[in-house]
Amino acid sequence: MNMSMQEFLQHMTNGISLGSLYALIAIGYTMVYGILRLINFAHGDIFMLGVYLTFYGILFTPIPWYIVFILAPVLTGLLGLLLERLAYKPLRGSPRITILISAIGASFLLQNLGILVFGGRPKAFPTPVILDRVLNIRGVSVAIVNFIIPVVTVVLLIGLNFFIQKTRTGMAMRALSKDYEAASLMGININGIISVTFFIGSFLAAMGGIMWGIKYPQLMPHMGVLPGLKCFIAAVIGGIGDITGAVLGGFILGLGEILLIAFLPELTGYRDAFAFILLIIILLVKPTGLMGEKIAEKV
Amino acid sequence: MKKNSVLFNLLLIALVLIGLIVLNLYLDNYKIKIINLCGIYAILGLGMNLINGFTGLFSLGHAGFMAIGAYTVAILTMPLEAKEMNYYMKPMVPFLLNLNLPFIFALIMGGIMAAIFGFLIGAPVLKLTDDYLAIATLGFSEIIRIVFINMQSITNGSLGLKGIPQMNNKFIADIFGVSPKINLLWTWGIAILTIVFMKFLMKGSYGKAFKAIREDEIAARSMGINLFKHKVMSFTIGSFLAGIGGGLLAVHLGTIDPALFKFALTFNILLIVVLGGMGNINGTAIAAIVITVAMEALRFLDEPLNFGFFTTPALPGLRMVVFSLALMVIVIFKKDGFMKSALEKVRGKYAKN
Repeated sequence: MNMSMQEFLQHMTNGISLGSLYALIAIGYTMVYGILRLINFAHGDIFMLGVYLTFYGILFTPIPWYIVFILAPVLTGLLGLLLERLAYKPLRGSPRITILISAIGASFLLQNLGILVFGGRPKAFPTPVILDRVLNIRGVSVAIVNFIIPVVTVVLLIGLNFFIQKTRTGMAMRALSKDYEAASLMGININGIISVTFFIGSFLAAMGGIMWGIKYPQLMPHMGVLPGLKCFIAAVIGGIGDITGAVLGGFILGLGEILLIAFLPELTGYRDAFAFILLIIILLVKPTGLMGEKIAEKV
Repeated sequence: MKKNSVLFNLLLIALVLIGLIVLNLYLDNYKIKIINLCGIYAILGLGMNLINGFTGLFSLGHAGFMAIGAYTVAILTMPLEAKEMNYYMKPMVPFLLNLNLPFIFALIMGGIMAAIFGFLIGAPVLKLTDDYLAIATLGFSEIIRIVFINMQSITNGSLGLKGIPQMNNKFIADIFGVSPKINLLWTWGIAILTIVFMKFLMKGSYGKAFKAIREDEIAARSMGINLFKHKVMSFTIGSFLAGIGGGLLAVHLGTIDPALFKFALTFNILLIVVLGGMGNINGTAIAAIVITVAMEALRFLDEPLNFGFFTTPALPGLRMVVFSLALMVIVIFKKDGFMKSALEKVRGKYAKN
């Protein structure tokens, strides 16, 4: 395989930025799973809502784009919170399968509402001109977003880490994911914490969505399905429930996907299968993921 | 089982078959197609209910096994000319090009192929539980679909296959002197067979073992039930039924392509299983009919609605919004499905336990 250094670096930046996006979305899955033991199937569709909200915010309101980029994720976070109240809260304490079915229903509901409200035809993301440039550094041409994405991701991750490690709410969150019942006995406001979790997860998904829109500027109501599944896989690879693991899994998946098609172009058609194959290998070899702790079976 | 009830059941089946033959002769093709689809969904729903409802393994891989069945039946029944017309981008493997089987053998092959893959996939994956299993099976179903897109010389890739031979009721129609139509007896015959098979399976020791696993795995294991064997068996039988249903669907539609077997198809079947009640055979069959008819009857929702004083623009997507809402409402308000609780209410009026 002959590949020049320039090409290799190009693929690397591409892979790192894709990995950052996966990481951002995967955090939402992992945080919700950590507390509720629930795969939030609708997370990918929340991501889609975030992209569409940004689209309408930029095109149909006089608000400048950099404010829309903050406002839309906040709105999406509130929508995520609403979703939890309507679809998951009534089922708390039911068998996990029941909640999972509700989540699948919510996912389809959001997709079809998307078709109904936004229309099924693809739309082009209105990327601000400043962000729509390609840099050329010593023969390596890189779209400027591929630099911005990892930087924004790192900033968001540092913020999240601070929030979880240093604030009281963050501490309550950690307590809930360690032991749900004991934490609730300690007087933690469970519903409040769960709402905050959904808000943060959806906020990060929408942030990822905006950058996704800049990188792949085509909007469709079904656009959240595949990234959603892949990011869930990223969360499982890293060890679901563990935020560092989710980030690690996101990078492994993003880089792996890009490098696979860079080194073996004949496998391009199998790009989307890569994530699933990786998932199944991980589940069979180390079901708790790379960073997950081993859980003993309780009888 | 009492002798009377056996007789009663046989009589019921005979009546249904006669009713189907009559319907087949005198209804128009559109209605026959819908009844046909009801039968197919009943088979698919029962297959999924066996895995999800009776054995408690949450599998979301149904569409993948259906794809295997559908492609097997299509490739085995399509005549040479139709194949040559389809495979214009990349020629078909010569071995398969000349292969042609009668429908019934092709259908059984479709089921067997799906069962083989069900076994191969199930054996490693069924160690997982709950949501991990759901995601892994969903992953496998996606992998099957992606492989089908890429294996152009066998499946014709994303172009799909057109002109799968239809089954008509020429034999019976000739007797009555009516023009032949699509045959209902294949699908419904198999659907009834499936229902009877499921009833017997669930009455026997295997069915009891499946239910025990659903209720409590650890307790079942300590009672000496071989978890792995029974799980794989349930999964394989469910996959077989999915393959049969997929094959019938291929014949019903006449055209298949990989995009048909996306997760949305599994969602439809899940809707049937949830509405009919997890682990309820009659409920599943009835729900299959209700959902299929409703899916057709509510098509008007996607079109412009006329309320007399104003007309809404066409709203594509509204129909599926209704169905996804229905799924959530059922799950949230009636946690075991409509049919089961309704039946229990009726039963509660007349008998204790």
